[in-house]
Amino acid sequence: MKVKVFVTPKETVLDPQGAAVREAMQHLGFTAARDVRIGRYLEIELAENGDAAAQETKLRELCRDLLSNPVIEDYRLEMPHEK
Amino acid sequence: MKFAVVQFPGSNCDQDCLAALRGIDGIEAEYVWHKETSLGDADAIVLPGGFSYGDYLRCGAIARFSPIMRAVGEDARAGKLVIGICNGFQILCEAGLLPGALVRNRSLHFVCDYVNTRVETTNSPFLHGLSLGEVLQIPVAHGEGCYFADEKTLHSLNDHEQVLLRYCDGEGHATSAANPNGSVENIAGICNRERNVFGLMPHPDRACENRLGSRDGAKIFASMLHSLGATEAVA
Repeated sequence: MKVKVFVTPKETVLDPQGAAVREAMQHLGFTAARDVRIGRYLEIELAENGDAAAQETKLRELCRDLLSNPVIEDYRLEMPHEK
Repeated sequence: MKFAVVQFPGSNCDQDCLAALRGIDGIEAEYVWHKETSLGDADAIVLPGGFSYGDYLRCGAIARFSPIMRAVGEDARAGKLVIGICNGFQILCEAGLLPGALVRNRSLHFVCDYVNTRVETTNSPFLHGLSLGEVLQIPVAHGEGCYFADEKTLHSLNDHEQVLLRYCDGEGHATSAANPNGSVENIAGICNRERNVFGLMPHPDRACENRLGSRDGAKIFASMLHSLGATEAVA
């Protein structure tokens, strides 16, 4: 049971890392790269025997409080059953 | 007056802070380990610089859940003076005790240098004896010190005189060339609405002796001491 969390910088937040990578891509000839944003990807392995609904509630809370900073980032939580 | 210097795993300016504070007449300073749940009878709290929890996830993101942070939050809400320096500033933002966030330097470089900062208001227990527009020379050392806040928050910070320090040139002009990390509006340090919680990226703890190149950092700690003394005199 693997949960996936995608954390990405908000549109309004400058992402200098993404800009540097975009430039590198352009240098390598991929001029189609107009914008690159770098985020964070987490894989969380869950115990099989838990209460799925309670786990999801807690995970959403953790996404908001720990895994992302809502001031600068958005997150997307992907539960296994959503595949 | 008693100052508590909180030590997180990965703090590395705790000793600088302790030494700087003890060098000021009238200040007693002690460490408090992050696993503690109380700051005892400390009059002021210092969250020092460093790389708490290796800066994993985001700077300060894990430290904000250390047991001591509940006490820091309670003491802050009770009006105690709290100063967060560098990583301490990041922790205060992550904990929601200060608005905004600190992100990767615009240049992507780690910046380690003396910078000039301009005193934006003296309506602060941290900048009491200083004069408006005074330029403080204090070093910075960080990779993630670019202050970010959305428009609404920025308006509110400006409206309530919560920006205490801005990066500037030697003459006190807040130019983009004088901005070491790309912080919005050259912001180097802010306080909360109640004015008792202060976060800044520059290290006053590294500018408390002439042989280190500047004593300007000591002015901030001395101001805290003065404010605490004044509070006590009133009480």
